[in-house]
Amino acid sequence: MIKFIIFAPLIASIYSGFFYKKFNEKTVLYFTTSLIFLSALLSWYILLSFDFSKVETIILIKWIESGSLLVNWELRLDSLTTIMLTVVTTISAFVHFYSLGYMSHDPNWETDEKYKPRFFSYLSLFTFAMLMLVTSNNFVQLFFGWEGVGLASYLLIGFYYKKSSANLASIKAFIVNRVGDIGLALAIFCTFFYVNSLNFDELFLKSQEISKKNIEILFFNFNALEFIVVLFFLGAMGKSAQLFLHTWLPDAMEGPTPVSALIHAATMVTAGVFLVCRLSPVIEYTPIASNLIILVGTTTAFFAGTVALVQNDVKRIIAYSTCSQLGFMFAAAGIGLYQAAMFHLFTHAFFKALLFLCAGSIIHSMHHQQDIRSYGGLRKKLPITFYSMLIGTLAITGLGIPLSYDLFHLPIGFSGFVSKDAIIEGIYASKNESAFIYFLIITICTLLTSLYSWRLIILTFFGDYKGKIEHFNHAVEDSRPINITLIFLSICSILVGVIFYDIFLGKNAEYFFSQSLFISPNNTVFYDLHYIPKWAKVVPFLAMIVGLFLALSFYVIKPILPQIFSNNQKILYRFLLNKWYFDELYNFLFVKSSRWLGNFFWKTGDERIIDGFINFISLTFIPKITKYVGRLQTGFIYHYAFAIFIGLVSILTYFLVSIGG
Amino acid sequence: MDYLLSLIIFFPSFGALILGIFLRGENLESNNNAKLLTLVSTIAPLIFSIFIFPNFNSNVTGFQLVEEYQWLMGLTYKVGIDGISLPLILLTTITMPIVIISSWKIEKNVKEYMICFLILETLILGVFCSLDLVLFYLFFESGLIPMFLIIGIWGGNNRVYAAFKFFLYTLLGSILMLFAVIYMWTVSGTTDITKLMFFDFNSSDFELLGFNISGGIQSILWMAFFASFAVKLPMWPFHTWLPDAHVQAPTGGSVVLAAILLKMGGYGFLRFSLPMFPDASLIFQNFIFSISVIAIIYTSLVALMQKDIKKLIAYSSVAHMGFVTLGIFSMNQQSIDGAIFQMISHGIISAALFLLVGVIYDRMHTRDIDFYGGLVSLMPKYALFFIFFTMANVGLPGTSGFVGEFLVLLGTFQVSKLVTISASLGIVLSACYGLWLSRRIIFGNVTNNRLFGITDLNRIEKLYLIPLIVLTLFLGILPYPVLEITSNSVDLLVSHLTQNLK
Repeated sequence: MIKFIIFAPLIASIYSGFFYKKFNEKTVLYFTTSLIFLSALLSWYILLSFDFSKVETIILIKWIESGSLLVNWELRLDSLTTIMLTVVTTISAFVHFYSLGYMSHDPNWETDEKYKPRFFSYLSLFTFAMLMLVTSNNFVQLFFGWEGVGLASYLLIGFYYKKSSANLASIKAFIVNRVGDIGLALAIFCTFFYVNSLNFDELFLKSQEISKKNIEILFFNFNALEFIVVLFFLGAMGKSAQLFLHTWLPDAMEGPTPVSALIHAATMVTAGVFLVCRLSPVIEYTPIASNLIILVGTTTAFFAGTVALVQNDVKRIIAYSTCSQLGFMFAAAGIGLYQAAMFHLFTHAFFKALLFLCAGSIIHSMHHQQDIRSYGGLRKKLPITFYSMLIGTLAITGLGIPLSYDLFHLPIGFSGFVSKDAIIEGIYASKNESAFIYFLIITICTLLTSLYSWRLIILTFFGDYKGKIEHFNHAVEDSRPINITLIFLSICSILVGVIFYDIFLGKNAEYFFSQSLFISPNNTVFYDLHYIPKWAKVVPFLAMIVGLFLALSFYVIKPILPQIFSNNQKILYRFLLNKWYFDELYNFLFVKSSRWLGNFFWKTGDERIIDGFINFISLTFIPKITKYVGRLQTGFIYHYAFAIFIGLVSILTYFLVSIGG
Repeated sequence: MDYLLSLIIFFPSFGALILGIFLRGENLESNNNAKLLTLVSTIAPLIFSIFIFPNFNSNVTGFQLVEEYQWLMGLTYKVGIDGISLPLILLTTITMPIVIISSWKIEKNVKEYMICFLILETLILGVFCSLDLVLFYLFFESGLIPMFLIIGIWGGNNRVYAAFKFFLYTLLGSILMLFAVIYMWTVSGTTDITKLMFFDFNSSDFELLGFNISGGIQSILWMAFFASFAVKLPMWPFHTWLPDAHVQAPTGGSVVLAAILLKMGGYGFLRFSLPMFPDASLIFQNFIFSISVIAIIYTSLVALMQKDIKKLIAYSSVAHMGFVTLGIFSMNQQSIDGAIFQMISHGIISAALFLLVGVIYDRMHTRDIDFYGGLVSLMPKYALFFIFFTMANVGLPGTSGFVGEFLVLLGTFQVSKLVTISASLGIVLSACYGLWLSRRIIFGNVTNNRLFGITDLNRIEKLYLIPLIVLTLFLGILPYPVLEITSNSVDLLVSHLTQNLK
């Protein structure tokens, strides 16, 4: 069954990619979608029926064998895997379904261009690669999935291949990810160096032992285990768009919107969080690396939140919001509260996919206009989208009843409330020295989340319409797949938090994660988070309310305020609008310099120095040979070559005979 | 099956002989006959080489299918194979028919062109099979001649310069190697490679003109061989002949050059430098590491800036060969397995890329990157193949390109962490130039009016590209059959090294 779940998307991908000409296009698309739905159903069955007290592994076939290195194609089933399986296949199935409506007309293509099967093929290919990633039992297969999703992401971002911006964005995504992949690859080499195997369990068994060793590089001395974890985290940062390696994610919005929902919100970008959680048996022994993870996580959450405040492209706002939420997850993993990280990953997948698909629905009805400054007053025109987006926003900002856990032993609220508050409480309760500072930053991030989310809602759905009037008049929600998907995901965004609290953070959590997470005895944050002061539990909720009021006062009560603000604080505004100038900095540091170096090596290194030297030798020292060149051009090339050949052979035989004989 | 190897080696020459003696005239019919006969003479060795498998036992260490005869003037003809040469022989016999099919459109001097390739195949196979030093040298150096002719006669506008540069470079290396060969014979009294492998060349230091030569005679011999192999491979800074040779060579020539001829350098290091001069190899290890890392970064950056598609791929070849030398001189099981695998994989992928360049060159007669753009709209199948092989060249897991690079870096990390970290920059850079190239010729809008009317891949082109896709995927997903063939011979080599080095 697990094999079917994983290989059905691959079959779907090949089928719709290569056989769409043989069958009716519609048949192909529906068949592909139903295969993914079947996969999703089976994944839910596994999640609900699996015995989590054991780990199940299935060896498919031998892959690489060289000396002591043995790597298999292998599937691993435990709670982390099953969570990811269900998230990936469910969101993927609905995104496939949604795309049936969304991709039906596309102004980027001529009518006779068959772009739909290709799109579905890429989506299914992505699903396959992602499933290989999450079910791997060794680091090499993980790397396969890791780069496989990178490939699919590259193909999908560059889906509108006629657009130059889409092509550049796809290259950027692939290359920035590859920078992270270097980290991952080096971590794998380092693991093999110490463990002599690349299976997860072998590293986990030896992690305590390795933590006592040191590794020396150049003149620096590192703790070996910390070094490995930091390298792994570098890979995770690339994939999950954390600060310094985040620049590709906003640009990735060049891809079609369903892609952004599936890959750049719900699944692929969470692979980094998954990796960090998977490595819990190692990270428990690496306090420095854990600190780094919290630091990067909270900084990213803050950075992305501030940038999201001033962006005007609806998809970029949500992209930065994703970046910020991923920061929350890393912060949770950094303090050792992996359960909450996974839980937030789980709920986030639903409400963020919902938000993106709502954005897609707006874009679809607004003739591919993405600038929120030309939206407004769409509430009446697009009611389903409006209510879905409202629900998504309530979920991401974390609406719920504060202190409800203390009353009912179950937090009650939208899914984001349940998972996010657990993270914030965990940070407060953690034993980290700077826990309180992180708590403050994260609370501010909650405020920012609320502010930019409500800004988006208010500017899009309330007030007066500001764009082209014919777009407004034509705006309708007439695509059934889109509407059904939005309604379904809305229901999920409301409920999954409360329903699944029990297995992630409640009574069943210990059993659920018994085989997949390792929590060292010193790490008690999982229990401590319930015993923090009441005010600390209420503060995130208050921050959310403050954010809402700020948004109301900025964009409803006094719409002139943002104008005044951006005029008064020009430098700050430009700084945020230009995303802290990361792109400009990188362009200068890496792109320009490598082009310069490339040219320098080519023109000066190869042509002037090396070839110059050769020419000097041949033209000055061996002028006779140049005469041959003259003759070569007259067509006596055979004679010349033959002469050299004969000459060589005779020299050789002469030497051999005279010396040896 | 006593003569299997000789049959494989000399069958193409036999075909060439028939071509040369019996085929007359320059008309269409005789040209077609020449092509067909050549195809048969290259497919036959492919079929014969499959017969190696029932006779080859990968559990046996040492050489198999050995043939030994006395030759003129006291020289010995001795051939045999082990796990290191077998994959390279297969690579050769698989590539040659593909090259011939891809050259179907040649119209100028067809007979001579085919004879050149057939003789070249014999010489290459001879290199990989020789177990006699002199025999090896003869095969190794005569390989120059047909290649020189292929570039010089059927090449582009500036072919004479390129052919000359190619010749001069390679000749320079081989003269030094010749002296080393002669010296080795005088010292050991044998030219048998199997015996030379276990001959202990003096490695005690000595003084020369006031300089202390550490590693003594071994170092001198090592350098002489290095001169030849480093040019062949090519290693930085002996690489500048390669881009010129590729640009000027006809498509078939480029394919053979990239897929097979370069591998003779890597093979030479494995067959001679490591087992015969172990101490010197260790002394020069850091030197090799440095120039390999420079090669990877330097040539990748240069590739990024190229304006000619073939030059770009040529520079990328140099970078990939940097991984091969890195692997060979890391001297452990994974790295050497990886180096051999990388040679095979690069043989397949670079062959495919040069063939793909040939496809559009045949149609448009230019390799200028700026000329193209937006090919995906006009040639969707071509675009698919191009992206596939670009990704394989980038080393995406699941393609053969990944396995080689991965094993090499994994093995190198055990020896030097700093070198591995620097070399892994190549992973990013290869993505940069690969994707940047695809973006410029495959994606985007069609801006050049002359491109309209360009036709997609025809049946013959698919016929020779699809086997390469199958091989790339097969070796990427199930590489262990190849690794199984090499592992015992590599194991023997590694243990021989560790014994000698203590």
